[in-house]
Amino acid sequence: MLQSVVQVILAGLSTGMFIWLVASGLTLIFGVLGVLNFAHGSFYMLGAYFCFTVLKYMGANFWLGLILGPLCVCVIGFIVERFFLRYVYHIALPYQLLLTFAFVLIFDNLVKIVWGAGSISPPALAALGGSVDVLGRKFPIYNILIIVVGPLVALALWGMIEKTWWGRIIRASSSDREMASAIGVRVPALFTSVFVFGTWLGALGGGLAVPYVGIMTSGMGETIIIEAFIVAVIGGLGSLKGAFVGALVIGVLTAFGTRFFPTFDMFLTFILMAGILLWRPQGLFGVAR
Amino acid sequence: MLLEVSNIDTYYGTSHVLQGVSLAVEEGEVVALLGRNGVGKTTTLRSIMGLTPPQSGSIKLADREICGQPAYHVARLGVGYMPDDLRIFPDLTTDENLEIARRLSKRTGYWNRERVIELFPKLGDLARARGLNLSGGEKKMLGIGRALMANPRLILLDEPSEGLAPLIVANLIEVLGKIHQQGVTILLADQNLKFCRKACHRGYIIEKGTIQHQGRMEDIWNDEAIIRKYLVV
Repeated sequence: MLQSVVQVILAGLSTGMFIWLVASGLTLIFGVLGVLNFAHGSFYMLGAYFCFTVLKYMGANFWLGLILGPLCVCVIGFIVERFFLRYVYHIALPYQLLLTFAFVLIFDNLVKIVWGAGSISPPALAALGGSVDVLGRKFPIYNILIIVVGPLVALALWGMIEKTWWGRIIRASSSDREMASAIGVRVPALFTSVFVFGTWLGALGGGLAVPYVGIMTSGMGETIIIEAFIVAVIGGLGSLKGAFVGALVIGVLTAFGTRFFPTFDMFLTFILMAGILLWRPQGLFGVAR
Repeated sequence: MLLEVSNIDTYYGTSHVLQGVSLAVEEGEVVALLGRNGVGKTTTLRSIMGLTPPQSGSIKLADREICGQPAYHVARLGVGYMPDDLRIFPDLTTDENLEIARRLSKRTGYWNRERVIELFPKLGDLARARGLNLSGGEKKMLGIGRALMANPRLILLDEPSEGLAPLIVANLIEVLGKIHQQGVTILLADQNLKFCRKACHRGYIIEKGTIQHQGRMEDIWNDEAIIRKYLVV
């Protein structure tokens, strides 16, 4: 029993870290720009596909793919923000959601056109293989790496936001965009930079998922964006700390559900979200408005 | 002329708030914009700052047209702004609130952290306190200090005396005098005539979005008919 529980916790933590990588970008973009970006899951998907392409067709190693793939997606993120999203900030939220949802459909179809409509199995990555023995059962080393990378990203994000100049500007602008502008923050440029950085986080999650997911499909972004939205809402929209804790909780809960109550695994996630929202409508770490 | 506002019309949605407002501030002056609640004082300052851009008219800062420019551009040209609700960044410490204004402005001059702390010693004790935890009076000090950190040529202060006890208002007059001595031009919007009389050289009276009267503060103070018509609540 203990063996199973530990395995499930480890599996949950690694799933949670992928959700966290996507939710962190989503949360950062919402916190600063005030936009709920449906297309964020698409950046995760594109990160995976670009990383896969570098890996397969350029003969590069996985780590180079992990650097180049998300950078390619950043260019797409830049175009989305600079030439489309920028024009809907001042209009009602439903229009912003419609625009970002349109990008979900566009990117899904672009992936089908470029990479084909079927699923893709990433090549086996021998260098990343191997497993360790945890209480008599094998656990992939790569999953442990993901469990380590997630908190490292969280720590780096915290350091960046609390200790750097850009972080100060982000904190100021996310609490009061207008006043930030009145002291000299070039808000449009800040929005672009934050959006591109958030895009990079999502795409990094996608790149890291390549050896993990087994099968890549054009719809892989939708699954993770739903989980990332749940995590962001549970943690409190705009709160990175909340997104991190939320991702851990949802990751572990989903793993427990899949292992012990497979019929109800999604139900458990939603019931938790409903319970938390009834108790704290602003989420675990959100600020009541 | 440092600031020349000519015939500006500003709207909030379909509401025509400023209807041809014109005013001018000479370099080195301290000028008051007086009027009752909701007559357009705040909107005038916001229009100058670029936060609520006018639909027509002209705003010149040292002969340079700034009407319709984004607020960050106006700020970098040397206009400091303290809104009536202060809007101190809650997640930033006192020091961070000051530093961010200095660095973003890219302007240098007399004002730096030490000089602002000299002006408001209390802010020195609160260096690491987050904006969220400051009292109303402390936020006001920080609001003025933050506007100064950009080494502005002109500062716009919205309701600086509002909510302050008479003794504190006396201190504020002294502080504004020190700021003025350093060559900063001040345009402030306030309802407190007594305070404006002591702090300002000239005044404009605004009513229903239109400038109704202007003159030396001493003359406005002595004109009972004007006070009764436009300022007494």
